[in-house]
Amino acid sequence: MSPVLGKPVNRVDGPDKVTGTGRYCGEIVLPGLAYGLIVGADVAKGRVVSIDESAARAAGGVYGILTHRNTPKVANAPHLIPSLAGQPAPGESFFPMQDDVVHYWGQPVALVVADSLESAAHAAALLDITYEESPAVATIEDGRKSAYEAETLFGGLMPARDERGDVTAALAAAEVTVDASYRYAANHHNPLETSVTTAQWDGDRLTLWDSTMGVRASQLTVASLLGIPLSDVRVITHFVGGGFGSKAMVWPHVTLAAMAARHVGRPVRLTLTRPQSFTSNGHREEQEQRITLGAGRDGRLTAIRHQKLSITSSFDDWAEPATGVSTQIYGCDNYLGSHSLIKGNTMTPTFTRAPGESLGSFSLETAMDRLAYELGMDPVELRIMNHPPVDNHGNPWSSDGMADCLRRGAELIGWADRDPTPGVRQEGDNLIGTGVAGAGYPVAFMMPVQHARARIFNDGSVVIQTSAQEFGIGVTTSMSQVGADGLGVDMDVLRFEAGDTDLPNTTSAVGSMGATMQSSAVHNAARTLRNELIAHAVADDKSPLHGLSPSSVRVADGRMTSTLDPSISESYADMLQRNRLLDLEALGSWTPPPFTTPHGLLTFGAQFAEVAVDKDLGLVRVRRMAGVFAPGRVLNPKLARSQLLGGMLWGLGQALLEGNQIDRQSGRWALNNLGEYLVPVHADIPDIQVEFVEVEDDVVGPLGVKGVGEVGQVGAAAAIANAVFHATGRRMSELPMTAEVVMNGGGAG
Amino acid sequence: MTMRPITFFRAGSIDDAVAAVSANPDSAFLAGGTTEIDLLRLGVIQPTLLVDVNELPLTYLEDTESGGVRIGAMARMSDVARAPRIVERYPGMSQALLLGASEQLRNMASMGGNMCQRTRCAYFRDGRSPCNKREPGSGCSALNGVNRGHAILGTSDQCIATHPSDVAVALVALDATVRTMGPDGIRTIPIEQFFLRPEDTPSVEHPLEHGELIVAIDVPDLPVARASRYVKHRDRASYEFALVSVFSAMRVDDKGNVAELRLALGGVGTVPWRAHRAEEALIGRPATPENFAAAADAELADADTRPMNAFKVTFAKRAIVRELSQVVTS
Ligand SMILES: Cc1cc2nc3c(=O)[nH]c(=O)nc-3n(C[C@H](O)[C@H](O)[C@H](O)COP(=O)(O)OP(=O)(O)OC[C@H]3O[C@@H](n4cnc5c(N)ncnc54)[C@H](O)[C@@H]3O)c2cc1C
Ligand code: SF4
Repeated sequence: MSPVLGKPVNRVDGPDKVTGTGRYCGEIVLPGLAYGLIVGADVAKGRVVSIDESAARAAGGVYGILTHRNTPKVANAPHLIPSLAGQPAPGESFFPMQDDVVHYWGQPVALVVADSLESAAHAAALLDITYEESPAVATIEDGRKSAYEAETLFGGLMPARDERGDVTAALAAAEVTVDASYRYAANHHNPLETSVTTAQWDGDRLTLWDSTMGVRASQLTVASLLGIPLSDVRVITHFVGGGFGSKAMVWPHVTLAAMAARHVGRPVRLTLTRPQSFTSNGHREEQEQRITLGAGRDGRLTAIRHQKLSITSSFDDWAEPATGVSTQIYGCDNYLGSHSLIKGNTMTPTFTRAPGESLGSFSLETAMDRLAYELGMDPVELRIMNHPPVDNHGNPWSSDGMADCLRRGAELIGWADRDPTPGVRQEGDNLIGTGVAGAGYPVAFMMPVQHARARIFNDGSVVIQTSAQEFGIGVTTSMSQVGADGLGVDMDVLRFEAGDTDLPNTTSAVGSMGATMQSSAVHNAARTLRNELIAHAVADDKSPLHGLSPSSVRVADGRMTSTLDPSISESYADMLQRNRLLDLEALGSWTPPPFTTPHGLLTFGAQFAEVAVDKDLGLVRVRRMAGVFAPGRVLNPKLARSQLLGGMLWGLGQALLEGNQIDRQSGRWALNNLGEYLVPVHADIPDIQVEFVEVEDDVVGPLGVKGVGEVGQVGAAAAIANAVFHATGRRMSELPMTAEVVMNGGGAG
Repeated sequence: MTMRPITFFRAGSIDDAVAAVSANPDSAFLAGGTTEIDLLRLGVIQPTLLVDVNELPLTYLEDTESGGVRIGAMARMSDVARAPRIVERYPGMSQALLLGASEQLRNMASMGGNMCQRTRCAYFRDGRSPCNKREPGSGCSALNGVNRGHAILGTSDQCIATHPSDVAVALVALDATVRTMGPDGIRTIPIEQFFLRPEDTPSVEHPLEHGELIVAIDVPDLPVARASRYVKHRDRASYEFALVSVFSAMRVDDKGNVAELRLALGGVGTVPWRAHRAEEALIGRPATPENFAAAADAELADADTRPMNAFKVTFAKRAIVRELSQVVTS
């Protein structure tokens, strides 16, 4: 047992954060710093006819104004590819201010740079921009007639259709069928820190302090768009105030900041305002889903058809993939998953926590609940019975745990005493119910080789480095633990350095892959260094360990000890000093298994919720939640619990509160601030239990770590909806489940 | 650093404050600033002179000769909410205050400012959409826009903006009076006349002259209010404006008839909504669920709804019936 790995260590960067000494990217102070502000288009489709800058320039304090007339042309057209792939990763296949065409409301049409944010805001307000407006397609309703079935998603990286067996025939033959349709409102990420980039040129070399989930992605994207050598771009990110997918791709403002800095000959800080954060870094798209299940009377699934319709931008076939879990979490020989799209006047949607699978699972898991009631079976048992030992290709799971998660969750919520009859438990004005949902989230091996460096100095102090950045999930802490464990030193002597493209490369920490990738590279670097140190010692005739086989040396607390005779030992520091070595370092790398690795790759979990629904008014309050997850090795249970709990709360928000829509008159998001786009507040947050089911996984990396960033959200909303059904007898087919949806019977579907 | 210049003037006396604002058509009073500064930053209002009234001796809370309470315009929401005489004599008003905004905001926000807070209609607040309240004659974007939160009572074809205040709902039920000081001296305005429905001039919300300062709010002595309640229904459990809120104070006589009733609604009206029709329908009648339902129907009979806010009719009726039923049982 490792003395550090798997321990609930406190955040090592906690004091920096709570005392305010940690520097976020919008707090970098540079001599001569100028402040940029983007001006977004005020129409959803059309053309910029004129821009009168005279009043803005006369306002004073203005260093420069970029518009389509003077913005440099990008060197390479942006092409959307998920940042996890380790290539340039623009959020959309579009770069603004290259011509006068407006494709979506809020698209940058000008960038004002001034001596203060206030001056920039004042000048921006004085810019007189006129538009020629054409009719926009900004909602599914606007564009329903032009829907088409997509062939691929994500810039061609993923097939949009997933088919096996014969669904039509299987549905026709099924003894029992469930057919349900859903309408889901758009969601926005809303991290507390809106995106910000500070850009500084030194000759031809560019440094960016960018609030990103991937410094390497920012570097690759900006270098490509500007057409400058990769080696001339350095991206530094020490603290990020949350991302949730909004900072997973590299949006135009990052490159615009660099362009602006060059234009005015000063470093520039470009911050998105809160309203701009609704129109500048993607969103979870408005969508509709339909799911049809076929099963035998015994409860075995025989067919699943899962269809999604959503709206994307005019330049990208983007849909968050909704069928990655529904195709495999339950065994079923006949399956069809498909994605239909409408091209419209919105920006390209993007990853939003648990992209695709949170809503895909809502459809699947509420449909499974209907099936259970249809069959008169227990919803927990129905799931356990249908959960297969292999994935949809017949490959064994790299690790499973789903059935144990369901059983443990059932214990936590008191499922055994549950009367399944809907609508019969009343307390005061509230109807009470409980619900369950299965959870799964894909492990996606699409990243390149990951690197880290471990270095020990001859006083025994250690530095571990990799380029990954801390965006709140706790990498600084968990990677310190992994490094200390791998090298056999105490955490106190170790510092983890990250958030800088000058350090060995790790890919954007997205797709719940951050902990897997980074821990694998860090572990390998630390192990390599440990092995080198041992090799030195056993070859050194002055060392007490001389002549031992390296495998009979163990290390703890920076001291190498013979496993045969514990009295024979030497510290790393003593060995280095005696040999006049100032330091020793090792690079470690990890090559992920191929995308097509012959294993089923999902992180599993189970969600349970208890709700109280106002019987007259339809208002839903969640009283309890229990989530049990099997994420492989847990590096730090305190951090992992926070991640999962945060995910469950996202699920609660998605279930009850979060939703935006485009105002069809203007093509603009109706809600653009945290006063109106509601997220749960403390008073909404119930008693939440999070537990782990231990599973060992020797496929997903040397430590067997699967991610916890997103699976916590998957199924949470569905468990709440199923609980609302149990409470009221009403099936929910719309998210968020606002009072009127519940009052009026569950939604339009 | 360059910006739109604003002159800030801290008034030392009520007369100074009134004189300063009266003299400049582009000026405004600044109290807690929780509405004023918000709208200034959003570019919705563009005063060139702000007259700070925070130093004025208007933070008192005292008994009036007729047994009521006089609340100074600069008394903070949080202080009023917890003042023993409010908690004891008008508990529903205390609850309305505590269910509004957040504790931080309530510590800043004044009672006078609360009376003058502006609607939360997003089209009004965005500073750019057509909006008759912000820019008379430009149209109303909410009529065919996203209007889930908008009013269903007291609307006009010019504006359907909801009045956002919670405590004002209590005050209209209590028949409070607004005391003001203007260039022509003191006057008193019955509170229901203080809130103007939009009709053809949604930009005019109060009968105040420019420069007329609210100095106090008088709440009359009202024994039935000692059992008053305020309930606020909203999507999330805290920190949100009401979908529907209900203030109620009722006395049932020993024959089971409604002897006295004060009923008002928030979240549904273009002004804090005194439910006169429901009151009239119930006074002197048996306090039964059927009569409560009939009274709620009467109150909502003229509701003007759109697809997104139509649910408020049923919602409000049920909320009213529930409140009145609870008053009877408690
Ligand atoms: C996030 C948020 C949530 C909120 N939620 C709620 C809620 O749930 N319920 C609720 O009721 N309210 C809510 N409010 C509104 C809040 O109660 C008001 O903003 C506050 O009461 C205004 O008081 P103030 O002293 O800050 O006024 P200011 O912002 O200073 O002034 C508001 C207006 O009143 C005028 N004014 C101020 N004092 C006087 C006076 N004595 N005489 C004449 N005119 C005057 C000003 O010129 C200005 O036009 C919320 C506000 C915010 C920002
Ligand atoms: S409802 Fe009133 S405030 Fe809102 S847009 Fe219409 S006129 Fe303006």
